[in-house]
Amino acid sequence: MSLLTDDQKMLQETAASFLAEEGSIAKQLRHWREIGCKDGFGHGLWKQFAELGMTGICIPESHGGLGLGATEATLVLEEIGRNLTPSPFLTTAVAGVRALEGTAHADRWFPGILSGEVVLALAIEEGPRHSPEHTALEAKRQGNGFVLNGKKQFVVQGGSADMIVAAARTSGSPGDREGITLFAVPKEASGLTVDSQALVDSSKAARLKLANVELDADAVIGEIDGGWQPLSRALAAGSAGAAAELVGVASGASAITLDYLRQRKQFGKLIGEFQALQHRAAHLYSEIEIARAAAFKAAQSLDTNDESAELHVSVAKAKAADVANLSVREGVQMHGGIGMTDEHDIGLFMKREAVLGELFGDVYFHRNRVAELSGY
Amino acid sequence: MTDLDGFRSETRAWLEANCPAEMREPMRSEADACWGGRNWTFQSDAQRQWLEAMAERGWTVPDWPKDYGGGGLSAAEARVLKEEMQRIGARPPLTSFGISMLGPALLKFGTEEQKKHYLGQIARGEIRWCQGYSEPGAGSDLAGLQTKAEDKGDHWLVNGQKVWTSYADKADWIFCLVRTSTDSKQGGISFLLFDMETPGVSTKPILLISGSSPFCETFFDDVKVPKEQIVGEVNKGWDVAKYLLGHEREMIAGMGLGTGGSSVTLGPITKPADPLLRAEIAAFDVDALAFAAMSERFAAMWKAGEAHPASPSMMKYAGTELNKRRNELMMAAGGSDALEWENGSTPRSWLRSKGNSIEGGTSEIQLNIVAKHILRLPGT
Repeated sequence: MSLLTDDQKMLQETAASFLAEEGSIAKQLRHWREIGCKDGFGHGLWKQFAELGMTGICIPESHGGLGLGATEATLVLEEIGRNLTPSPFLTTAVAGVRALEGTAHADRWFPGILSGEVVLALAIEEGPRHSPEHTALEAKRQGNGFVLNGKKQFVVQGGSADMIVAAARTSGSPGDREGITLFAVPKEASGLTVDSQALVDSSKAARLKLANVELDADAVIGEIDGGWQPLSRALAAGSAGAAAELVGVASGASAITLDYLRQRKQFGKLIGEFQALQHRAAHLYSEIEIARAAAFKAAQSLDTNDESAELHVSVAKAKAADVANLSVREGVQMHGGIGMTDEHDIGLFMKREAVLGELFGDVYFHRNRVAELSGY
Repeated sequence: MTDLDGFRSETRAWLEANCPAEMREPMRSEADACWGGRNWTFQSDAQRQWLEAMAERGWTVPDWPKDYGGGGLSAAEARVLKEEMQRIGARPPLTSFGISMLGPALLKFGTEEQKKHYLGQIARGEIRWCQGYSEPGAGSDLAGLQTKAEDKGDHWLVNGQKVWTSYADKADWIFCLVRTSTDSKQGGISFLLFDMETPGVSTKPILLISGSSPFCETFFDDVKVPKEQIVGEVNKGWDVAKYLLGHEREMIAGMGLGTGGSSVTLGPITKPADPLLRAEIAAFDVDALAFAAMSERFAAMWKAGEAHPASPSMMKYAGTELNKRRNELMMAAGGSDALEWENGSTPRSWLRSKGNSIEGGTSEIQLNIVAKHILRLPGT
């Protein structure tokens, strides 16, 4: 595995200092939660992401982006995770960009993403568990275009999105990869109902109803019936990105827990002196290092088009979710009573982990993918 | 074509011409390893040819300097050689504690004379080494060791007992921690090298639950060791010992990656039919592949000097715990087949793996080290 280049280290430092300062829990997550913001994130910060060039990390240089890859996205996402920064970065600038890349929609949407004015959302899920092959949302040909009928859920930032990338079925049956088509659905489409809900972590996700939504043929992203290709590209980038963000969540939760172990006194001792807690903290450290390595491996394998990239992505998502879950559980427990209060930040990490763990497939989904890809 | 590509194609051609077919077969067990040494009986001509060919190029220790019997390869070239060996399934030409443990310590702490004398012998597989660290009263608390070395003017006089000395009964020489002062615990330890045929040295193998005897008790009764056979300064052996332990832990951590050509993951080899076992094996495979990524990253960081000096402890902890889990699942997947003892490697490997998280510092000691040196938790 190659280590970070000097340019990558510089990007990492930029992202780390920018997000620690501007993306902090107090300035962003708690602020938007308290004022009851309908988006759950700040558009001002999204513009600042754009000014730093970060919204264009995955956009090709030919479109005015930085033309970098999954590894660079990983560096930014780990810092987003560490600060619990609410942001459309993962769904718009990583997964969304990968879905549109190389299609006619890139010209239409990339400029707005680069300037921090556009937010995209992905409408994939139709049930409570991730299962993209089971896309059933109906898209029937009508004249020169299509008419869409059905439902979607867990559309992250669906209520704030200027355009929704929706997976629909144009042929075949749920369970088939063939016959899925991706559509660009504008937010103002007639027949589209967007019901935005707050999730456990105060982020927003929408339930969509599509009732006779009429779209032109040029709303198709990629090929008709061949939507699996851009969809799987978006899902791989999204899963690898979510893994990196989870590593950040795990790391952020463990950092404040370690601080607490160094400050809290009971029985006349710092509780960090107790071996029962030291060993659990050391085990957690080891697990976080391993999860970070898995996330880098996944990103590098995507960047080099490694033939095992899909396997490495599932390993990373499963491992990072597992470890982040351990980190937030240990964090709340080791904080004792104060960890159960809304005032303390550790509980916010637990809430974020729950959402990111589910996004693009949970631990069980990705373990199962590892088994399938390994032939058992 | 870059220089490295050129090196790769030359290496590939040389390996094709020089690695015997038999040495490209996967190793069935530890018994297939070539340990070398004065009393070594080669398993086959192929094993001898392979060692001699590799030793002549310095490729038993590719990244050691040429002056000391190494290949003088850069880190990138050494990686290419490793990849090319893996490509054809070539066995390691030589397995040796001299290479994995003593050599790195001599390179750092040895005198020029010691390096010239000992390193070449190690590289060529002429001397087989064993490690005299643990004692009956000094296990996890290694610095509490009591084996005594008295300064007798022209020699050290060594008396005491070591335990868990790996392959002491087969080794030619020992690198041994001894107490040269009782004024300070860690500051009274020295690092000696001596011949196992010196009068007063005796060994007794220990039968393990796995049915094998890789370890011995080793006794020293008035053993005379020449004065110059000390590594580092008198009473500063603990620094050498700790440095060497880092390399030992790195080596043991590699066990998490599976041994002797077996796969990192378990699913493809066990084909679990039971859905609950399949789920557990899939969970294991995720952890195993994630640890494989960690090993790659650790190796790159360690070489670049970017790894925390205590990180081998974390790798040793994670790798050995993973290997124990691997063996538990192999037993579960094997069912009653895995219970057969006479020709069964599964139950022996399972039982042997229990020692992985004890030898070279227990898991609990590694966690202590991580808590103290990496996490900087108080009171340790």
